[in-house]
Order: sequence, then C-alpha cells, then structure tokens
Amino acid sequence: MGSEITGIVVAFLIALLIGFPLGIYISNVFSGKKTLTDFLNPVERFIFRFSGVDPKREMNWKENLKALLSINLVWFVYAFVMLITQGSLFLNPDGNPSQSPDLAFNTAISFMVNCDLQHYSGESGLSYLTQVGVISFLMFVSAATGIASAVIFFRALGEKTTQVLGNFYVFFVKSITRILLPLSIVVATILALNGTPTSFDGRDSLVTLQGDTVHVSRGPAAAMVAIKHLGTNGGGWFGANSAHPLENPNYFTNSVELIAQLIIPFAMVFAFGFFINRKKLAYVIFGVMTVGFLALAIPTIINEINGNPAIAALGAQQPNGAMEGKEVRFGPAFSGFWSIVTTVISTGSVNSMHDSSMALSGMMQMLAMMINSFYGGCGVGLLNYFIYIIIAVFISGLMVGRTPEFMGHKLEGREIKIAALITLLSPFLIMTATSLAAYFNANHPQMAWAVQPGSWLNNPSYHGFSEMLYENTSANANNGSGFEGLGDNNIFWNVMTGFVLILGRFLPIIGPVAIAGLLAGKKHIPHSAGTLRTDSLTFGAMTLAVIVIINALSYFPALALGPIAEYFSM
Amino acid sequence: MKTYFFTSVRMTVVMIALCCIVYFSIVGAIGKITPGNGGGKKVMVDGKVVGYELIGQKFTDDKYFWGRPSAVDYNAAGSGGSNKGPSNPDYLKIVQERIDSFLVHNPGVTKNQVPAEMVTASGSGLDPHISPQSALVQVKRIASGRKVDEQKIVELINQHTTEPLFGPAVVNVLKLNIALDELK
Repeated sequence: MGSEITGIVVAFLIALLIGFPLGIYISNVFSGKKTLTDFLNPVERFIFRFSGVDPKREMNWKENLKALLSINLVWFVYAFVMLITQGSLFLNPDGNPSQSPDLAFNTAISFMVNCDLQHYSGESGLSYLTQVGVISFLMFVSAATGIASAVIFFRALGEKTTQVLGNFYVFFVKSITRILLPLSIVVATILALNGTPTSFDGRDSLVTLQGDTVHVSRGPAAAMVAIKHLGTNGGGWFGANSAHPLENPNYFTNSVELIAQLIIPFAMVFAFGFFINRKKLAYVIFGVMTVGFLALAIPTIINEINGNPAIAALGAQQPNGAMEGKEVRFGPAFSGFWSIVTTVISTGSVNSMHDSSMALSGMMQMLAMMINSFYGGCGVGLLNYFIYIIIAVFISGLMVGRTPEFMGHKLEGREIKIAALITLLSPFLIMTATSLAAYFNANHPQMAWAVQPGSWLNNPSYHGFSEMLYENTSANANNGSGFEGLGDNNIFWNVMTGFVLILGRFLPIIGPVAIAGLLAGKKHIPHSAGTLRTDSLTFGAMTLAVIVIINALSYFPALALGPIAEYFSM
Repeated sequence: MKTYFFTSVRMTVVMIALCCIVYFSIVGAIGKITPGNGGGKKVMVDGKVVGYELIGQKFTDDKYFWGRPSAVDYNAAGSGGSNKGPSNPDYLKIVQERIDSFLVHNPGVTKNQVPAEMVTASGSGLDPHISPQSALVQVKRIASGRKVDEQKIVELINQHTTEPLFGPAVVNVLKLNIALDELK
C-alpha cells in the first residue's frame, strides 16, 4: 500500500515539474518571445494565409468572442452532419450505424465544448472516420479554444489600458501547433510503445484458450488518447475509457495519462503569472487550487482504500480497498486519486467506474466538478477561478470599506453583475436539469423514449438520485465523466444535457472575457498603500472561503439527498 | 459576420488536415515499429492466435486460473463495468452468490480468504490481470484438478508476476494459463 501512495505523490510532483517550465514556455509563445518551436513559423504562416487571417490584426474583446463563437458553430454543423451520416461513409470497418439525430446533437456539442459526455460506446457508436475526423479533431480545437480564450484574458489583464486584446485565430492556431500537437505526439508514442493500437485494422475475431469465440474492438486509439488527456477532453475511444486495457495498458501509462491531463492546467496558471508579470499572484492562485484539490483527493483515496463496508460484511477480503469497477493494475488508491484529478480538471476520462465509487468519493467527485476551478480545464479553469476572485475582491472591498479594484482597475456594477450571474449559472443549470429528470423519473416512468424514465437508473434510492445529479453536474462543468449506469441515450438526456453543455461552456467563457475586456478599457489606477493586495496569502484564503461558501450554499441540499444520504444508510 | 464565417470554414479545413491526417499518420507510422505493429499485441500458441495480451478472457474451467467477474462477459466487442453502487442490495446479493460459488469451487478456502477482486466486476470488463494473492488462493483447486505439485504452480505464479515500480503487482491470467497448459 505504501508504494501506491508513493506512486501518487511521484506522479503529482512530476506533473508539477513539467507544468512549471511549460508555463514559462506558453507565456513566451503567446507574448511573441523566442522559443524552441519557432521553426514552426512557416507552418503557421501557411495556415493563416490559407484561412485568410491577418495575424498582425488585433481585435477587441467583442470581435474575439465573435470569432470564437462563429468557428465553434461551424464545428458543430460539421460534426453533426458527419455523425448522422457516418454509417454510409468510408473508414467504417466494423459497419457501425449512423447516430440518431438527438444523439448526434448531444455528441457534437459535447465534444465541441470540451466536455466529452458520451451517450454511446465508442466500439459501436462511431466509425473510425468520426473517431478521427470528428471526435479527435474536436478534442484538439476545443482545447485550443479554451487556451486561446485564456490568453485573450491574459492580454486584458496584462496591460494598463487597452481596447485590443490580440487575435483569437493566432492564439488558437499556436495553441495547437506549439502546445497540443507536439505534446500529443510524445504521449501517443509512449502509449503505442506500451501496446495501445495505432492502426486502422477493424474488429478482430478469435477463439480463446478455453474455446469461446470473441470479438476484439480496435482502432488507432493511441493518437486520440494522447489529446484526450492533454486537452482535458476525456472522451474514450472505447466505452470503458481509460479503464480499457488497450486504452491504458499498464501502471506506467496510467501515470503518463494522469500527468498528461494535469500539465496544461498547471502550466496555464504559471503562464498567467509570467505573462502579466505577476508571478506571486500565480503562485498564490496555484496554492489555493492545490489546497482545494488535496481537500477533495485525500478523503477520496482514504475512502477507496478502506473498501466497501457492505462487502466487508459479507466476509470477503479487501486488502487494497474497494475493487468494484476498478482494474487490478491500477488499484483502488490510484483509481481514487485519478477520479478527483479527472473531475477537478474538466477531463472526465475515467480509469475506474465512478458509479461504483464509495458514497463519499462520489460526493467529492461531484464537488470537484461543481467548483470546477481547482486547476480546471484547459484554459477555462483559470477563467472560472477569476470569477471567484472578482467576488472575493468585491466582498473584501465591502468588508474594509474601499472601492473594489483588481489589477489597477475599478470593479463596478457591471462587472460584479456578470460575475454574480456566472456564479449563479451553475447551480441554476444543475438543479433545474436534475429536478426535471427526477420529475420525469418519478411521475412519467412510461414515457415512450428510447430509454423509458422508469428504466433510467441502474441503482435504487439515493444512489439513483446521485446518478442524475452527477450527469447534470458533469454536463455543466463540461467534464464528461458519468455515473454510467444512467440510461442516458434518449431524447430527454441527449437534448437537455446538450443545452446544459452549451450554456455551461460559453457563458463562463464570455463572462470572464467580457469582465477582463471591460476592465482593460478603464483608466489604470496606480498601486497605492490603500490598494487591496490580491497576491497575498490572506487574499488567497479569502478566495478559498468564497469558493467554499458559494458552493456549500448552492449544492449542500442536493448532495444531502444523494451521496450523503447513501453514506449514512450504509 | 460573413468574414468570420469564411475564415472559420477555411481554418476548419486546414486544421482537419493537420490534427487528423498529419497527426494520425505520424502516430500510425510510429506504431508500425511497436510490438504488435500497432494492431495490438497478440498471444500465440502453436502458431495459432489465442488472444490479445491486454484483453482478459473468460475462464470458467476449474483447471484454469480464473480472472475477475466481467460485466460484458469478456466479449471485447464492447467494454464496461457493472456501474453498481456500493449500497445496492441486488448488487450485494450477486457478490454474495459469487463468494458462495468461489467457495464451492475452491474447497479448503475459507470466506475471509476470498479476495474482493475475485467477486467484483472490473472497470473495463476486460481486466487481463489478477493480483498474485488471487492466483495463490486458486492453487489448490488447480493442483488437484491437474494432478500437479502445488509448489510447481506457485513457482509458475511467481514467474508470471510483474511488479511495477510503484503500483500493485499483477499476474496476466491468459499467459499464466498458457504456461499452465505447457507444464509437464
């Protein structure tokens, strides 16, 4: 057991050791300094010329958001059309059918918004063409969208007073050519060397040692699994995601995949500090995020190591901990740790089935997604955290009786209103969607949907409620993991989570970028003795307190009905 | 708005070329030099493919080591776990049945020697491994079924145990069973 804990600590430290210099590198890439990858300049010039982008043209925050939203719309239409026609297109060796329109609607949105909620199984729900051309494509571009919006935000805070905040297209392209693609090639190579398939060979059929005939689904998963983690996407090539032995062959690849999902969110926090030249602020933010992360991860690991008390009561031995839904090669400790990493960051790739986690582990996973800013997704985690900072600045300002200021700009009514609305958006979406689901489940169990509401739940009672709550929480956080027992491939879940996904993605990008854009347009107030220091430990603690209070107030009642009730019933 | 649209379409086209065609070709080329040539590493017995090293198989015969329960019955056309919650009474009944059946097939083993992993479904339904402990608890059954010395089988387990630097030690069930068949 000791060695498993060491393995966790080592993986986290390696992620930190990579994340920090990567942050410096990312800052250099976007501030136009010399970097090792400048040999890619001609490639980027070609991309700009081909797309008709003038890389020197600077845009204001509204133009940047228009660029961001319009390209996302194009991706959605492209993905939707491909998914509803995949059955009759090429590169479909397993002969899988086209997706139904409601499922394609959900899938296209889900991958476009970096969520990767999957209401299908990769083995039967997609063709190789859509796995590569739609799913993997969206994994790259959605992650790059997140990074690019964070960089627009860096630009806004980095300057004293400015209207222009750089060019979305430039940030977007460089996120892919300079960060995501090179790192993906490294990770994909490691996976391929450990046995993850890379070829387009279709499903295999064979007779086992004992004489059963079985099929083995395959496909070029290594390339996709790399970007799935680096881009904090999380959608699996196979249904079982990173629990699948071809997608995650051994303990070493498991550590690599875990580190891969951590490094860019880590790096973005440091990049922020270097970019705006406020390193101490970045360290404080990183510190608060780490405290919050550990507060979720440690209890989860302990819960999983202790095992399931109900199984202990049956007499079986749980030497390493709870094993339902887990793989022997990872063990309960690392699986528990992974389940929190994948939920604090909006990855949502799983190496154990969260539905079978211990009750309180399930609660920690949900809380991680509800808060959604302890590191958070590629680029967007920092934007979510920024909203909490604004609220904390506002409350601190009220407490000490000063006009709230951040980075030399006055926070006024408009900015606070946006921040407050974004804060209220998550509980609103999660609660509304969950109440609707619970209503249909309880009152209309016979509705003629592909999966009837009465058969949605794979588990009775409190845990069943948790399945619905988790699904909506995951959609809103753009996470993508699930309590997969939920029968979610029907028109209700496909459409409803589709809308939750869109609102939960774009409003939390538009809000912080708008606030930052508005702030940047204001007159700069020089730092004085009376300015509230946002890079102090005190302010860090204040932000943490704001995060805890807001989320406790928003979600405690729902969590009490699900995981907390289940815990006390056992 | 029109310029945003045309730029978006063109950028999408060039990004599909880069992220799908170029990137997947690079990784595909690298995969050609890996074990299994990128198609998954196969396990052969007498020149015949009997399985994939990483994909677990169903073993129900008393003469073979068993793997873990599987929610997809070890058919790797799909994958997945049971998704049963820890407090689900129906699920706990199934676990109880698995414990009882394990005890029937492994005489001499007591209830508190049954490892939980042998009575709980894996995450993928294709878990190729069991822990050395779960292999050792089956030795008696296999030794008496095959009329082989127990010590020989224990040695075989030790040979097939891999212990990574930090994680849990594992035994590949398929390879162990092949070695068992080859035991003279």
